[in-house]
Amino acid sequence: MKFFHLIWGNLTRHKLRTSLTLLSILVAFVLFGFLCAIKQALVGGVELAGVDRLIVRHRVSLIQLLPEAYQARMERIPGVGSAAHQTWFGGIYQDPKNFFMQCPVVPQEFMAMFPEFILPPEQMKAWLATRTGAIVGRKTAERFHWKIGDKVPITSPIWLRKTWEFDIVGIFDGAKKGTDTTSLFFRYDYFDETRKSQNWGTGQVGWYTIRVKDPAQAADVARRVDEEFANSPAETKTEPEGAFAQGFANQIGNIAFIVAGILGAVFFTILLVTGSTMSQAVRERIGELGVLKAIGFTNGQVLSLVLAESCLLTMLGGVLGLALAWVMTSRGDPTGGMLPMFFFPVRDVLVGLGLSIALGLITGILPAQQAMRLRVADALRRM
Amino acid sequence: MSDPNSNNGALVQVTGVEKIFHRGSEDIHVLSNMNLRVPAGEFLALMGPSGSGKSTLLNLIGGLDRPTKGTVEVAGERLDTLSDRQLAAWRARHIGFVFQLYNLMPVLTAERNVELPLLLTHLTKAERRKHVETALAMVGLSHRAKHYPRTMSGGEQQRVGIARGIVTDPTLLLCDEPTGDLDRKAGDEILNLLQALNREQGKTIIMVTHDPHASARAARTVHLDKGQLTSGEGK
Repeated sequence: MKFFHLIWGNLTRHKLRTSLTLLSILVAFVLFGFLCAIKQALVGGVELAGVDRLIVRHRVSLIQLLPEAYQARMERIPGVGSAAHQTWFGGIYQDPKNFFMQCPVVPQEFMAMFPEFILPPEQMKAWLATRTGAIVGRKTAERFHWKIGDKVPITSPIWLRKTWEFDIVGIFDGAKKGTDTTSLFFRYDYFDETRKSQNWGTGQVGWYTIRVKDPAQAADVARRVDEEFANSPAETKTEPEGAFAQGFANQIGNIAFIVAGILGAVFFTILLVTGSTMSQAVRERIGELGVLKAIGFTNGQVLSLVLAESCLLTMLGGVLGLALAWVMTSRGDPTGGMLPMFFFPVRDVLVGLGLSIALGLITGILPAQQAMRLRVADALRRM
Repeated sequence: MSDPNSNNGALVQVTGVEKIFHRGSEDIHVLSNMNLRVPAGEFLALMGPSGSGKSTLLNLIGGLDRPTKGTVEVAGERLDTLSDRQLAAWRARHIGFVFQLYNLMPVLTAERNVELPLLLTHLTKAERRKHVETALAMVGLSHRAKHYPRTMSGGEQQRVGIARGIVTDPTLLLCDEPTGDLDRKAGDEILNLLQALNREQGKTIIMVTHDPHASARAARTVHLDKGQLTSGEGK
């Protein structure tokens, strides 16, 4: 710490140059924060997926339905603990831009399968007692200012092409920060009886989630499920919940690769900008470095001073950028519902901090070595 | 540490020193068969025209460079036997430098500049502050402690440079043209200061200069020309 004023003094020597470099680092880290939040929103479901849960869907595609009767058969398969189904409702609330997921479910089975959704007991009781009852996640409730007791009209372009009315009987929260609380769930019995008049889809569901008794046996259980329904009109494809979520994300592309590609380009540019600043800074004060060596600073100490300066520069920019990104992303999904799990994870903040230090070391190492190798007598002549 | 007086009272003993610089395929002989002895407590002036090798000799005595041949012994230590790291530590302990162009850090205040050599010691912050105050008082600049070099005159900057050179109480003070960039009045003040340090503090000083007025203040003057001593010391 006793060298701090020397490092700080050198850093602030050219205020405009340092400010511009700092600004470019800051912008890079804000971008880093945003991209991490987008990645989290797109692939976060993979991380939150239960290791003991499998998704069973129609082998052809997710939009093909499966018989409701499969549930009982699945639950008889060795290794399967329980099963619960969901069906894509695809409703629109007021405007197609107000996107959020709605699914009909069997309340008790569903809540048992997804303990990450926290619903107060009295609201659960109300849901069971209300045929048209629906529970909605906290984010969507806040987004549309819904409260318990509200009647919510949702138009489905798939089911009956009519406006369905639901009574909000509960608002659920997530057990973890990344838990998606944007969905609305309503009762399957109400859904199935109402759609009978459509003469299509009755007794059929979108997909099943099954809980395996032993996660280590998940692959065997998945194989057994698919074998059970092989050569039937509705063959199944069973996969871990994480792989299912990954499949959704992969429809957009390899998110991790895209994010890494953009960040790679940004940080490479920052590397050049900061590296150039540091090289210039060292070139300008070769004489001063010579003086430091003359009065007894060792080569290692001179190397450390230059490295500390570059690390301080990148860490300052990094911390400010990460803080700004944190503030900006903490306001939640900027798309109004398309990215429900949009947030900047603490893990990525720590990665960002590490990145800022690494950036400082990489950009500082060449100028620092140049400073270290200076011969004192030569350096003093260049004062 | 070796006894500084082990060499018959000589603090500095330069023996048979040669210094050759290589520029491309050309060898430039800057110093040839140089012998010099400086007793402890002496104020010695090294005079000579540009290119005579006086600054190179000063660099060798200060451990900033190594001789091509011969030995340099200061305070009982053979400098050619020390590694770069040991040499840096040795300089911090034994040598104070005063440069022609002051060579202060423009981003630091006067007191921070003076404190620089003390950062390499194990002194506490309070101890360092006390040493800095003493050094600045000795050069008459206590009132300018918080000022940056750019707000000071050349004479004041050089006095800060001297304070930095003496703050660790070095065995030897090496001054490379300390008045070379100053007007006569400011130069005289600096020479008075160096003289006082020598007479009152017993500081051993070697000063490179090409100004006879400056060398007249030294107790002894040796002349160099074309890398050899021409007067003041036996060859």
